[in-house]
Amino acid sequence: MNEFNPTIARGRESVLATNKVIRNTYIMLSMTLLFSAVMAAVGMAINLSPGVSMMMSIGAIGLIWLVLPRFENSTGGIAVVFAIAGLLGAGLGPILNAYLALANGPQLVGTALGGTGVIFLGLSGYALTTRKDFSFMGGFLFVGILVVFGAMIANLFMEIPALSLAVSAGIIMLMSGLILFDTSRIIHGGETNYIRATVGLYLSIYNIFVSLLHILGAMSGDD
Amino acid sequence: MEFWLKVVIALMLAMMLWRLWPAAKHMLEHGPKGTSKDWMGVALPIGAVVLFIVFLVMMVRN
Repeated sequence: MNEFNPTIARGRESVLATNKVIRNTYIMLSMTLLFSAVMAAVGMAINLSPGVSMMMSIGAIGLIWLVLPRFENSTGGIAVVFAIAGLLGAGLGPILNAYLALANGPQLVGTALGGTGVIFLGLSGYALTTRKDFSFMGGFLFVGILVVFGAMIANLFMEIPALSLAVSAGIIMLMSGLILFDTSRIIHGGETNYIRATVGLYLSIYNIFVSLLHILGAMSGDD
Repeated sequence: MEFWLKVVIALMLAMMLWRLWPAAKHMLEHGPKGTSKDWMGVALPIGAVVLFIVFLVMMVRN
């Protein structure tokens, strides 16, 4: 019997739409990461000052808050995502130059880069294969981020090295949780916009890389 | 780090706190709650991340 079943058809459409969001998100994420790496190399080559790097990061946050919401449903959103990735990537230039000046700098940067890749692929693979719903983590993750921001503000003026390391460790844990949360939202249809999904995952990867580099730099004994 | 840069960063973070607070409050009050089984499903990959970072630290120390 070839009877049309609207429930199954709708289910198939939903799965196809989800797969499309996942595919578009990962394609765009890989492109933005590549672009970020190129811009980081440019930032290193032209020896950006820490002040300019900070301004670029502030500019990227401004784009995320004020510009992205207006363009996230149009193709213009793609340009905004690349602008964010470019600014954050170039802003990494002075940090990478500082680490590469250490005796084991190339090893530290390479390990942080590879480690970030393994963490992201492992967590995304876990969320995609188990198909678990991690939406219950939302409140915990948001409160965790607020606590970490509070500790960061306090440590800007107190300058306690142990607290700084604890903040970096906390950021890695929270961003790992956010990768699970964001991937699960895409799988279960909670996130249908691949531009927003890309920015969320990109920021998690960026923060894990910077925090991991900080921890490895401090623990290697050369920081 | 220069003092003015610290103040700029602190202001940025404070603005983020102010912006994120309503979303965090809403998620805590109205978001889905996980069972202990759900949290075990999170503890496994996060524990693996912790062990992996310890491994990376040991690698760069040697």
